[in-house]
Amino acid sequence: MSDGITKVTSHISPNEQLIFERSQPGRIGYRLPALDVDETPVADLLPQEFQREDDLEGMPEVSEVDVIRHFIRMSTWNYSVDQGMYPLGSCTMKYNSRLNERVARIANFANLHPLTEEHDAQGALQVIYELEQHLAEITGLPGISLQPAAGAHGEMTGIMIIRAFLDTRDGAAAANRRTMLIPDSAHGTNPASAHLSGFSVKTIKSTAEGLTDLDHLREVCSHGDVAGLMLTNPNTLGLFERNIKQICDIVHEAGGLVYMDGANMNALVGVARPGDMGVDVIHLNLHKTFSTPHGGGGPGSGPCCCTKELEPFLPVPRIVKTDWSYGEPTFQLDYNRPKSIGRVKAFFGNYGMFLRALAYILTHGNDGLREATEAAVLNSRYIAEGLTPDYDKPFSSPPMHEVVFTDKRQSRKGVHTLDIAKRLIDYGFHPMTIYFPLIVQGAMLIEPTESVGRQELDQFVAAMRSIANEASEDPELVRNAPHSTRIGRLDEAAAARKPVLRWKPKSD
Amino acid sequence: MANVPEDLHYSKDHEWIRVDGNEAIIGITDYAQNSLGDVVYVELPKAGDKFSASESFGSVESVKAVSEVFTPVSGAITRINESLADAPEAVNSDPYGDGWMIRVEMSNPREVDSLLTAAEYEDFTKAESE
Amino acid sequence: MRYIPNSPEERKEMLEAIGLKSAEDLFDSIPQDLLLQRPLNTPGALSEIELLARFEKMGRRNAGAGRPSFLGGGAYSHYIPTIVDHILSRSEFFTAYTPYQPEISQGTLQTIFEFQTLVCQLTGMEVANASMYDGSTALAEAVLMAERVTHRSKVIASNAVHPQYLEVVKTYVQHAGIDLELVQFDSHTGQTGKPLADAVDDQTAALVVQSPNFFGCVEDLAALAEAAHAKGALLVVAVTEAMSFGLLKSPGACGADIVVAEGQSFGVPVSFGGPYVGLFATREKFARQIPGRLVGEAYDKHGRRGFVLTLATREQHIRREKATSNICTNEGLIALAATVYLETMGRRGVQEAAQQCLQKAAYAARKIESLKGFSLPFSGPRFNEFVVRGPLDAAELLSRLGKDKGIEGGIALSRFFSDLPNDFLVCVTETNSRAEIDALVEGLGSISNE
Repeated sequence: MSDGITKVTSHISPNEQLIFERSQPGRIGYRLPALDVDETPVADLLPQEFQREDDLEGMPEVSEVDVIRHFIRMSTWNYSVDQGMYPLGSCTMKYNSRLNERVARIANFANLHPLTEEHDAQGALQVIYELEQHLAEITGLPGISLQPAAGAHGEMTGIMIIRAFLDTRDGAAAANRRTMLIPDSAHGTNPASAHLSGFSVKTIKSTAEGLTDLDHLREVCSHGDVAGLMLTNPNTLGLFERNIKQICDIVHEAGGLVYMDGANMNALVGVARPGDMGVDVIHLNLHKTFSTPHGGGGPGSGPCCCTKELEPFLPVPRIVKTDWSYGEPTFQLDYNRPKSIGRVKAFFGNYGMFLRALAYILTHGNDGLREATEAAVLNSRYIAEGLTPDYDKPFSSPPMHEVVFTDKRQSRKGVHTLDIAKRLIDYGFHPMTIYFPLIVQGAMLIEPTESVGRQELDQFVAAMRSIANEASEDPELVRNAPHSTRIGRLDEAAAARKPVLRWKPKSD
Repeated sequence: MANVPEDLHYSKDHEWIRVDGNEAIIGITDYAQNSLGDVVYVELPKAGDKFSASESFGSVESVKAVSEVFTPVSGAITRINESLADAPEAVNSDPYGDGWMIRVEMSNPREVDSLLTAAEYEDFTKAESE
Repeated sequence: MRYIPNSPEERKEMLEAIGLKSAEDLFDSIPQDLLLQRPLNTPGALSEIELLARFEKMGRRNAGAGRPSFLGGGAYSHYIPTIVDHILSRSEFFTAYTPYQPEISQGTLQTIFEFQTLVCQLTGMEVANASMYDGSTALAEAVLMAERVTHRSKVIASNAVHPQYLEVVKTYVQHAGIDLELVQFDSHTGQTGKPLADAVDDQTAALVVQSPNFFGCVEDLAALAEAAHAKGALLVVAVTEAMSFGLLKSPGACGADIVVAEGQSFGVPVSFGGPYVGLFATREKFARQIPGRLVGEAYDKHGRRGFVLTLATREQHIRREKATSNICTNEGLIALAATVYLETMGRRGVQEAAQQCLQKAAYAARKIESLKGFSLPFSGPRFNEFVVRGPLDAAELLSRLGKDKGIEGGIALSRFFSDLPNDFLVCVTETNSRAEIDALVEGLGSISNE
C-alpha cells in the first residue's frame, strides 16, 4: 500500500427499513392551512362511483423526522461524485457546481408556469435562446432544439430528423433507404433509437486499431439503401475517429447523413467541432459535458443540434428572436414549421437543466471550456500511462478523455473485470464502466473527467495496481469483493426469475 | 467439457433435437446454457404456431444477455414446456431433460438429415470457442 | 478555472510525466485541419456575483412567475414541503448516477423501489417502473407498448387528452406502423366516454383517455375499460394532475391496463416545464413489456435484503434494436422528489390536499359562474380544473387580468382549439387562498364590464 491508500469502511449505517415498514397509523408529516372556503359535500361534486374507496391503504403514515432520518440514512449507502472519483466511462461524472443549483432555484424561473404567455416569460425564453446560441458555436451546428429530455431522446429526435429529411428529399424512393449503419462499438441506445424511426440496423466493423473500418463502410454504402451512419466520436473506445471527414464523405456520397452521438463531447469542447467534421446532426448530453447533475439516473437533457439544411425538421416550437424593446431582445415561440418532425416532449424540455448548463458555460468562459477539455484528456492520458504496466490495454493509440483496459492478464488467475470493479469499491472508488464496449472482452472503460486532482489520480492508479497484485497473490480476496459495504453481491438471477418490484403488506 | 449426448441432432445455433416418431423435441445445448449463464426467463410460442426451419421461435434470457432460439426443423408446435415459466433454471441444470422447450410436428422430417451429429457438433463448438 | 483541481503547474508536471510537451499534444490524434484554430465565440468567464446578477436580471423578465396563478393544463402549483429540496440537495443523491453498482447505490435503489410501490398504490396497478421523462413521453411509450402486447396497430384516443401529449404521441408513432385515430369530446359534458367506447373494434390495440381530461372533466373509466376489453383492446389512462389520485377512484380499480401520469404535482416546481417525472404502471402480466428501468428486491449470500436493477434484458443496452424502448437515463432525482413528497404528505396528506383542490375549485367555479356573461360550458364532474366561457376573447381577457390585476387567471383554449375563442381553463389548488380566488373573480368581473 502506498500513497495514503487505505481501504474504506463506508456505506454502512443504522439499519433502515422500507418506509412502509416504518409506517405507524396516525403519524403525520405535514400541515396544510385550514380550508378557507365553504365546504360542499363531496357527493354533491363527484358521483360516488368516481371516488376512491381504498383510503390509500398501504401508503406510509410517518412524521417529518421519520422521513428525514429515512432518506439521510439511505443516502449514506450511496457513492457520489462529491465523495470522490467516479470514473464511469462514457458518463462524464464531473463536479456539479452548487452555483448552478442556486441559479436553477431562482424563484422567477422555478415558479414560472410553462403555459405563461410569451410576453410574461421573456427571461425564460432568453435563457433558451442564449443556450442554443452557445451550443451552436460549440458544435458548429446552427440548428438547435433543447426539447429532448435525455441523450437517447435527443438521438431519437436526430434520427427522426434524418428520416424526415430523406422522405422530403427522395419522396417515395426514400422507402428504399431504410438502413442505419451503426459501429459494433456503439451505445445500445443507437440501434434502439434507429428502430423507433423505422430503420433497420446494419453493423459496421471496427479495425484492430479500434477505429471504423473504412473498407467495410464503403462496401455497405455501395447498395444504395443507406439512410445514415450513427457514429460516436471520440468513439466508445476513447479514440478519435481520425478519418471522420472521409467517413462523412463516404456516407454523403452514398446519399446518407451522418449522426454523431455526442456522449463524448467532453473531449472536444473548444478544441474541435462536429460541424467542421462533416457531421449533419448530433445530440449533446447536458448532464455529461455541461455538468448538470446526474441525479441517480436523470434528469438528463439531450439537445439536438443540426446543419442549416436540417433545421426545418427540428421539433416545434422553436424560440426565435423577433425584436428589441426597452433595450432588451424579445422572443417568440414559432410553431409554423411545416416540415418539423413534431413535438417530442410537452412544453420545452428539461428546462431546469438549461439554466444549469448556461451557468456552466458562463462561469467557465470560452477559455475555461477549453481548459476543462484539456484537463479531462490529460487526466485520462495520465491514467492510461499509470495502468499500462499492470493491465492489458487493447488499443495502442493514445486515448482522448477515456481509456479502455481489459482483464486479460488478471483473468488467467480467474479474476475478472467484475471482480476488479467490486474490489475498487473497497479502496474507496466508484468502479469504471465494465463490459462496455461489447467488442472488447472484459472491458474496463475509465473516464476520470477534469474534476479529479493529481493526488486522487495517483491513488486510483495505486489502488488498481494493488488489486492487480492481489489478483495474482490472493485471487479469492478479489473474487469475493466488496468486503466493506453493507450488503455483498446480490443474487441477480434469483431477483430476475421471480421479480419482486414493489412492497406489499405481509398479510397479502 | 460440455455434455453432448450421442443420440441427439444439433444445429449450429446450439439447439438440440430429439426425434420421436414424426415429432421433434427441441432445446438448447449444454454448451449454449453454459455460455449464457443463469437463465432467468424463457419466452416460448403457443401450441399451434407454425415455424419453418431456422426461424426464431422464442428467446432465452440470462441476467445480462438475451439470445434468440431457432427451430432446426419446420413444423407446428404441439406442446411447449410450461414448467419453464416457473423454473427457467432447468435450462441450466438439465438442458437435455427438464430444460426442453418445444415439441414440433415435423412437416419435413428429412431436414433432420442435414443437422450435425454429436461428434460434428463437438468439433464445431471447439472451433467456435477458439 | 475553479472547478478544475489541478493547477497549471501541476498539469505541466503531469504532461511531462507522460512525455508530452504541451496541452496541444493531447490532441495529436485529431487531424490538424479539424482543430478549432481560434477561441470559442462564447462569453468570457463570469464571477459568481456577476453570474447571479445576470440570471436575476433575466428572471425579472418573467413577470408571470411572481403572480397568484390559476394555470394548470399539465403543470400544477402545489405546496412543496421544505424537506423535499433539502433531501434532493444531498450530494449522495444528486451527484450519483444510475445505480449500476448495487453495493454502493442502495440509497438510490431503495428509493426507487419505494417510488415504484407508491406509484402502484396511487394508480391501483400491480407494477410500475423507475420513471419516464414526463407524462407526455410516458403516454407515447404506453401506446407503443399496447401495440407490442396486442399485436394490433390501431390506437384510438380522445381529443380531450392534453393537446401537447397527443402531439408527442403522433411524433413517436409516425414510423411505428400505428394508426392513431382521434375521437371528438362531447361538447356538452366535456367528456369523451361514449363516443370513444363506441369507436373500439377488434383491430384496436388501445383506447387512450385522460382523466381528469384536458378540460378538467373526469371520464367514466370503468365503462371505457369494459368496452375496450370486450374487443380485446387495452385501456390506456393518462393523468396530468396526479393529485387527483388522492380522491378519484384509481384507474386500476376501474380496469385500466396501462396508467401513465405526470408526477410533477408531487413536490416538483413548475420550472417552465421541466424537469418533471413520468409515472408508468401496468399489470403484472405485462411486466416484461414495460419500457425503462425496474428495481427489484434481491438478497446477498448472507441473506441480507437489498435492491437491484432487474429484468434488464428488456432494455436497449442488451436487446438493442429489439428493446422495449430506447430510454436509458430517466428522471431519477425527480422520482426522488416525488417519493419524499409522497412519504412526507403520506396517506392522509395526499387525500387532504386533493380534498382542498376539489373544494376550492368548486368554490371558484360557483363564483365565476355567477358573474354576468360567464358560464361553465361542460357539465361533466371535475376535480380542480374547469373551463370557463367568458363574454369576450379569452386571450385578451387573461392578458388584461395579468397586466391590470397581476393575476395569471388561466389558459386561453384558443391556443389549442381555434373554435373555442372565449373559453379558458382555470385550475385551483390548495395553494390558492380564498382571497386570491375572490380577487380572480373580482378581476374577471371588472374587466368584462369595462
